[in-house]
Amino acid sequence: MKRNKENILICSVLFLLSMCCIVPLWLIISISFSAEADIVKYGYMFIPHKIDFTAYEFILKNPQQLTDSYIVTILSSFIGTALSVFIMMMVSYALSRTTFIARKQITFYLFFTMLFSGGMVPTYILITQYLNLKDSFWVYVLPHLVSPWHIVLLRTFFQKQPAALIESAKIDGAGEFRILMQIVAPVAKPVIATVALLGLLMRWNDWMTALLYINDEKLITLQYLLQKMMKDIQMFSQNVENLPQGMSLADLPSESARMAMAVLAAGPMLCVFPFFQKYFAKGLTVGAVKG
Amino acid sequence: MKLQDTGQISVKKGRRTNTATKKDNFSFFLMSAPAVILVLIFSYIPMFGIVLAFKNYKYNKGILGSDWIGFKNFEFFFKSNDAMRITVNTLYLNFLFIIIGIIIAVAVALLLYEVKRRAAVKFFQTTMIFPHFLSMVVVAYVVYAFLNPSFGFVNNLLRNMGQNEISWYSKPGYWPFILILVNVWKHFGMDSVVYYAALMGIDNEYFEAAEIDGANRLQQVWYISLPSIVPIIVILSILAVGRIFRADFGLFYQVTMDSGALYATTDVIDTYVFRALRQLNDVGMSSAVGLFQSIVGFVLVLITNGIVKRIDSNNALF
Repeated sequence: MKRNKENILICSVLFLLSMCCIVPLWLIISISFSAEADIVKYGYMFIPHKIDFTAYEFILKNPQQLTDSYIVTILSSFIGTALSVFIMMMVSYALSRTTFIARKQITFYLFFTMLFSGGMVPTYILITQYLNLKDSFWVYVLPHLVSPWHIVLLRTFFQKQPAALIESAKIDGAGEFRILMQIVAPVAKPVIATVALLGLLMRWNDWMTALLYINDEKLITLQYLLQKMMKDIQMFSQNVENLPQGMSLADLPSESARMAMAVLAAGPMLCVFPFFQKYFAKGLTVGAVKG
Repeated sequence: MKLQDTGQISVKKGRRTNTATKKDNFSFFLMSAPAVILVLIFSYIPMFGIVLAFKNYKYNKGILGSDWIGFKNFEFFFKSNDAMRITVNTLYLNFLFIIIGIIIAVAVALLLYEVKRRAAVKFFQTTMIFPHFLSMVVVAYVVYAFLNPSFGFVNNLLRNMGQNEISWYSKPGYWPFILILVNVWKHFGMDSVVYYAALMGIDNEYFEAAEIDGANRLQQVWYISLPSIVPIIVILSILAVGRIFRADFGLFYQVTMDSGALYATTDVIDTYVFRALRQLNDVGMSSAVGLFQSIVGFVLVLITNGIVKRIDSNNALF
């Protein structure tokens, strides 16, 4: 039937696009499992000539830098996200309540920052010269705790909750903070999850903060480590003795080790996130409707 | 009017409600306080930092102590050849990103909508939003895997076809195309989610009626599906135009490997400000450029928001 043929055509186009999105990642993985000699001989290939673990061996042999960066990334992502969600939940709840007298003013105060910003330079001077956050862990956490977009998402959802829900709790004598934590928050789980996931993703993928503010190699994030590795793979082999057996500095697996590092840096989030896809779809649609 | 309203309520419910409201408001203020303070420090205080654009900043003198020099910083920037180049690059590339990005995202959403099997839709969506989860550094690695001059996949292919290799990272002419491709690749999946969600809201009756009238599939897409998402397309594109003066720093900095040979076509306002600040240490000029960007951006957002408001006030930002 004609309709069937059309369906096949549509699905093939979409399938092709889907493959365009994941096949390039496959290339990275394939390179990371290639032997350096094969790369030099044949170039990067989608299927390794023979599977080889030297790159991973090389990275994991001297894991100090990698572990440091993992710890910094994990801590900053989770602490930052937890604090951020908590702070934004509170302010969004207050702004969703019509009895709050400063509702309009604070909403404007927060949203104005989406329209106008001082820009990179004044922020840079503030953080380095006045707040002394250069080379401090807290520079990952403090500056990005409040995101007006996420507040819009949360507030819109809170506003849609039936007023009776809150009124009845009030009659029972619950304070506003308790109402938020025990009654509103449980109902708002999907949108809170969306905001938390978006925040987590943003922080996990952050390299810019480290680029601007961090010189101490103990404090750099995974993504920034990855960026630095593009320029000097030597970071990993400060001690030549640490090279895997029978390997000299000349046959450092620089090409494959870089890609192995990319796999290690992007891997965890990529494995986790597809499972939360439905939250994104849902949360973003809530966001498309303005409150 | 408003005062009267509150008056009525307090008369109705008596003093008790009034003190209760006061107590509530106290908690509301307390709950807002952390966000308000953080925004004050990290967003509002830097706004006053724009005075830097009019000063000859010296680290030892601080912001207030440095000497005023009027518009010298701006003069220096606008008289250089850089001003034209980075402004044109920013506008031209962002404009293409918006147009091409929307066409592809809408097309994908329309195709997805034609697929009725839920599992298939889910598979396509999940794979297509994959690139969205990658950091720009990883994206830069992916691009590098294709374009590396000696081992890259594209040059391999060229070599096998008997063509000459191209040293991609020193040929600026190719980069507008490469950047558009990368930008679309990273975002089309996630963008199509929004359009797809809008399509899901269409009442099935329209299609049933069209079916009875003998409309074919393409006609149904053209006369029912597409028109029903035109409002959201218009609004999202207008809002994107409002941000056209801000470039995606990661895309232009990481994906090009910050290669100086490519600046002719890849240098945008954001990368220029960054370099002026970090490499040249020129606080005055970089903040002048930053202020130029902020102000033009602000005006653009105000204009586009005004337009959106006229079309559909529900979708305006404010």
